[in-house]
Amino acid sequence: MPTALRRLIGLLLVSLTLVMVPTGAGAQDGVRPMIDILAEGNFRDRRAAAEALAATGDPAAAPVLTALLEGNLYGRPSDGAVFIGVEEGDQLTLIDPITGETVDQVAERSMDKVRVNNPLRRSLRTIIGVLTLSNPDPAIRMEAAESAFQNPDPNTIDTLDAAIAAEENSAIRAVLEQARAAAILDDDAGQADQLAAIETLRDRGDRDAQALLNRLAQQAEGPVAEAAGDAARRIESNLAVWGIGQDAVYGLSLGSVLLLSAIGLAITFGVMGVINMAHGEMVMLGAYSTFVVQEIFRGLDPVFFDYSIFVALPVAFVVAGGVGILIERTVIQWLYGRPLETLMATWGISLILQQTVRSIFGPTNQQVANPSFMSGAFELGHLTITYNRLWIFVGAMVVFAALVLILRRTPFGLHMRAVTQNRAMAANMGIRTARVDALTFGLGSGIAGIAGVALSQIDNVSPNLGQGYIIDSFMVVVFGGVGNLWGTFAGAMTLGVANKFLEPWAGAVVAKILILVLIILFIQRRPRGLFPVRGRAAET
Amino acid sequence: MTGRLTTLLGALAASTVLTTGAATAQSDEPIRVGILHSLSGTMAISETTLKDVMEMLIEEQNEAGGVLGRPLEAVVVDPASDWPLFAERARELLTVHEVDVVFGAWTSVSRKSILPVFEELNGILFYPVQYEGEESSRNIFYTGAAPNQQAIPAVDYLMDEYGIERWVLLGTDYVYPRTTNRILETYLLDSGVSPDDIMINYTPFGHSDWQSIVAEVAEFGSEGPLTAVVSTINGDANVPFYRELANQGISAEDIPVVAFSVGEEELAGIDTEPLVGHLAAWNYFMSVDTPENEEFIEAWHGFIGDEDRVTNDPMEAHYIGFNMWVEAVEAAGTTDPDAVIDSIIGVSVPNLSGGLSTMMPNHHITKPVLIGEIQDDGQFEIVWETAGLVPGDAWSDYLEDSAMLIADWRSPMSCGNYNVESGTCSGQNY
Repeated sequence: MPTALRRLIGLLLVSLTLVMVPTGAGAQDGVRPMIDILAEGNFRDRRAAAEALAATGDPAAAPVLTALLEGNLYGRPSDGAVFIGVEEGDQLTLIDPITGETVDQVAERSMDKVRVNNPLRRSLRTIIGVLTLSNPDPAIRMEAAESAFQNPDPNTIDTLDAAIAAEENSAIRAVLEQARAAAILDDDAGQADQLAAIETLRDRGDRDAQALLNRLAQQAEGPVAEAAGDAARRIESNLAVWGIGQDAVYGLSLGSVLLLSAIGLAITFGVMGVINMAHGEMVMLGAYSTFVVQEIFRGLDPVFFDYSIFVALPVAFVVAGGVGILIERTVIQWLYGRPLETLMATWGISLILQQTVRSIFGPTNQQVANPSFMSGAFELGHLTITYNRLWIFVGAMVVFAALVLILRRTPFGLHMRAVTQNRAMAANMGIRTARVDALTFGLGSGIAGIAGVALSQIDNVSPNLGQGYIIDSFMVVVFGGVGNLWGTFAGAMTLGVANKFLEPWAGAVVAKILILVLIILFIQRRPRGLFPVRGRAAET
Repeated sequence: MTGRLTTLLGALAASTVLTTGAATAQSDEPIRVGILHSLSGTMAISETTLKDVMEMLIEEQNEAGGVLGRPLEAVVVDPASDWPLFAERARELLTVHEVDVVFGAWTSVSRKSILPVFEELNGILFYPVQYEGEESSRNIFYTGAAPNQQAIPAVDYLMDEYGIERWVLLGTDYVYPRTTNRILETYLLDSGVSPDDIMINYTPFGHSDWQSIVAEVAEFGSEGPLTAVVSTINGDANVPFYRELANQGISAEDIPVVAFSVGEEELAGIDTEPLVGHLAAWNYFMSVDTPENEEFIEAWHGFIGDEDRVTNDPMEAHYIGFNMWVEAVEAAGTTDPDAVIDSIIGVSVPNLSGGLSTMMPNHHITKPVLIGEIQDDGQFEIVWETAGLVPGDAWSDYLEDSAMLIADWRSPMSCGNYNVESGTCSGQNY
């Protein structure tokens, strides 16, 4: 019964506000100075002014405060009047905050932007949240509900009750109920209400809920504190289990990055036996190809922008592969069987490529944007999975599968394996070994280029990009077993997962050292890596 | 007698010739200015711009009539981001090219490697980058920020304006972040922050997989009161760090990040949309609204021929340092290092944020401290600045082993690390 009564009062309040709105709008003279004052004082004054404006319930409040939040509110220096501004180049279209009509178009420099900082933004979100709890757009309502949860305030309980009663979307209603529960914790409501609220929060089960419960456990007394403490501990142990899963996800994702960057090397070094120090630069060329393709797409309709990456993939493959073939034909083919000279020559080539790119594109980082489907994250239970990492994982798997298929199922793969196993006999059988060498090196380099496309999404695109990956790539190939693609796969994933499980308790620096030590010890025991190539081919 | 007279006349004539000769050499021969910035290798990303800005300043000075009536000549060498090579190139500048002053270095390790060379050959170096402090050499002038001109005011701002109570100190594993974080940790503990509310984490150079660390920060941040990240993450590792923050949905409103190594130049390579609202503390931003800055940006764009190029804090530091050196040389009437080192103390020149920066006896300068929020166009909006200028402190008061040290290069003290407790100067052996 009390809840029903509360709801009734809440509904009444809401309808009352609704009735009051026209009066507020009518009293324009009353609101105008309240809006103008937003441009004055410091951030704290501004926050007080925003709260006062929201309290009037005037329909102009929500758009004005949203404009303030987004940095689109401007003050006119001559008379201190405040307008909503829409930027068009250097020009600013001024919109009257109350009537919503376009007033004027002026140079942006002539207006003073009303500044906001992070604490003010946070308060604005709460204020706007309360104003937009009944917005017709479910996404905005969801945001409002989340912000109400993040900033619990006992004064909003009635408003939340009204919103819960009116809400039809069950997901939003759940969040609203959690927000209400969070607000009740701070309230001196009855014990029964608080215990119910604790249960609601326990079911939410994330860090935010845990933090609220922990605070309550310290502040409250008696059964409420006990219940809160129990709930917090249950969340903790639950999250600890999820934490292991999260580390595994991170590990697999790091593993897929290692796999991508190493898999081209598994061909050039692993299969052909060329110590290719310029491998990292092939990755870099792939990343720069992505940048160039994206720049071209920037000039086109923004609709296509997201698809630039699909064009970048073949471009990067061809560019890096082409450069790879060129290097093989001009330098490496004269150095087969002379590993030391190959190492020196490819090291030199890597420096030349770096400086060439630096001369063409400049030494600074280039900006490569994530396409929209590669931005953000989603929640799977309490696991956070970011889209760019997910796509890179998928991409690594696809590339790996394609490579295995090429090697096992195509004539080119057959020739390649024949040449690397016994060059003389393959030549006797009529295989053009020189051509196969060039194409194999090109394939390995091209795949490095594809890795560059992926890495451009998570790392800097700079001339030094490749250097950060060359050591790791060699590590993966040697650890996995030279000459074995599945070894590279297993090596990359093992190193990724091991690294991520070590990192939380050892720190990133020590984790890296530990991994290197472990690999050295492992190589001592098994010099040919995880999956050594057996048989006669291995002896050559 | 005639013989004697002839000799006398001859000697007179010879000395006249010599004097005129010297005088012509004085007015014609250019003053050489050494530029020691990496143009290749890892640090080229940051240092190439500084070489360009030095060439611009020298060109402008020559158009204005040079220094002491003599033109300036830039001598550019490339130390290629290789620390031992920095020392070699510095020696080459001072002995082979016989430059009168050097502007250069970026990383602390490169400065440490050329310091002995400058002290041995008595050269002058202007070092333009914010650094960890704990140094004051007679031959080096530090025009970048010391920790008390960047890190401590930034922390103060977050405490006062944001009400931050929990702190994550993230840094790359080398001397600048380590020392800065030691100073900050002591400062925070002194300000009443409990040790449980401070998390410190170091990562290797170029760290690119930030997943677990960002998740750890998020977890640390959700455990209670407001949390902020103080980042001394260096160079290339920043892009993946900010990307991971954005992808895991951590906005500047949840956990603000204040960075000491991220400026306009670094942001030029990032999609800044997800970074909006995160902070940086510097002594200069390109968005500073003063006539001096407008003029400087215009000159820079004209010189480099590209309207999109940005200006940043170390460029301003070179601008200040160069003008200080010019004024000191004019005051001393010579480019002789000893005379310039004496005359430059107390020299005040305009900085780009509308004030006057002064060279202090500890070879650091006075600067304002600005806090800016990253905007979506890669620029900073200044949200806070110190009321006045902050003098750079060579030896931090927040480190046990340096709190009692002061630097003063005026005679009679003439010491870079004078211990006020024991009343001794330990020379250059720090």
